[in-house]
Amino acid sequence: MATTFTLEDLKRILLEAAGADEGVDLDGDILDTEFEVLGYESLALLETGGRIEREYGISLDDDALTDATTPRALIDVVNAQLSSASAA
Amino acid sequence: MTSSVVVTGLGVASPNGLGIQDYWAATVGGKSGIGRITRFDPSSYPAKLAGEVPGFVAEDLLPSRLLPQTDRVTRLALVAADWALADAGITPAELPEFDMGVVTASAAGGFEFGQGELQALWSKGSQYVSAYQSFAWFYAVNSGQISIRNGMKGPSGVVVSDQAGGLDAVAQARRQIRKGTSLIVSGAIDASVCPWGWVAQLASDRLSTSEEPTRAYLPFDREAAGYVPGEGGAILIMEDAEAARARGARIYGEVSGYGSTIDPKAGSGRPPGLRKAIELALADAGVAPGDVDVVFADAAADPELDRQEAEALNAVFGTRGVAVTAPKTMTGRLYSGAAPLDLAAAFLAIKDGVIPPTVHIDPAAEYDLDLVLGEPRTAEVRTALVVARGYGGFNSAVVVRAAA
Repeated sequence: MATTFTLEDLKRILLEAAGADEGVDLDGDILDTEFEVLGYESLALLETGGRIEREYGISLDDDALTDATTPRALIDVVNAQLSSASAA
Repeated sequence: MTSSVVVTGLGVASPNGLGIQDYWAATVGGKSGIGRITRFDPSSYPAKLAGEVPGFVAEDLLPSRLLPQTDRVTRLALVAADWALADAGITPAELPEFDMGVVTASAAGGFEFGQGELQALWSKGSQYVSAYQSFAWFYAVNSGQISIRNGMKGPSGVVVSDQAGGLDAVAQARRQIRKGTSLIVSGAIDASVCPWGWVAQLASDRLSTSEEPTRAYLPFDREAAGYVPGEGGAILIMEDAEAARARGARIYGEVSGYGSTIDPKAGSGRPPGLRKAIELALADAGVAPGDVDVVFADAAADPELDRQEAEALNAVFGTRGVAVTAPKTMTGRLYSGAAPLDLAAAFLAIKDGVIPPTVHIDPAAEYDLDLVLGEPRTAEVRTALVVARGYGGFNSAVVVRAAA
């Protein structure tokens, strides 16, 4: 089981879950760019969250997912879950 | 005086040709797209033939953002809409978003996508079901996705009335244009050649079980024994005639008349509603039966339904009183997509002065129809009638005319 979740992991799962908007460079500096600006609406993030849960064997709180409006925030939420899961 | 509504763009995805050029060349040439199913292994099913759209590679035609959230049916519809808009010379981003709407028809929705998610649900669990299943399966999904992709926020919707739906959607689009929306994307694409979709279609008991592509779908033939289903259809750009002329658009023709009826309950003793639907459409268009140059038949390939259609046509037009054709003998029945594809063929017949043929059939003499058989027929076409019937008793008819 992976114990850290990185930007690369997120980008890979975003692409699988929802593709990428034309004109958006996911390889650019996107850590603090709002998902909405990156072209991902709530359903795309729901699908992304579901895939992260399946792959990493964690459960993400709905509110935490909704509140994470940037890649950095989502990565932090996932890593917090991963560390509490491994500590448990 | 109600305003005239015209068609200015066509986008076609047909089993015998992808894109308007390939489709029309194949259709005039009598080239069939019916064959053994390749999208899944049909060997354990009683019906094994379908009309499948050839050479469609969604990845080359749509952005990656749309692929995880769309069934094949929606991918075909989005691309056909792109082609139809380009054909009409319309760039949606340059037009007011509330002046454009989308009204399509659907008989099935995204069955292949839905099948995959149901399989995930039952084999792995609910957390494996795509969030996009929430809409990807749904009847209205083509209208919604076309609307979102093109920024069209005017009146939109979907009509569900099986094969008649393709004409019912065009009629609803015409109403919306007459109420003041200048452009409506209409027509329909259906596509559910997948195991789940196939079982649903088999339930009607109307599918042909022949395994010979040239002998399987034989409307108006003594050997008629059911139809071959297909996938595809056509998307039409419909506009207010004055607006279209003002922008100098090329006009395929006018949607001049529409009629629809529901068949009476079986055993009621009342006649089927098809004749009335045709008469209503002619009256709405203000044309006499003698003005109609060609009829694109529904062509159910069920002996009773074929007889009803032949009787309705002969009652309205007189015995052998009008040229009748069924190019759907080359594609199979496309559900909602069938009649919009016939409308496209009608407009192209008007443009080129040629009626595409009905293939593979040897018509039963007692139907007494002037069927265009085997070879295309050169003819000046100014007015055409398209007929469509849907499972459950839906009858619809649309009259189209050359631009005035």
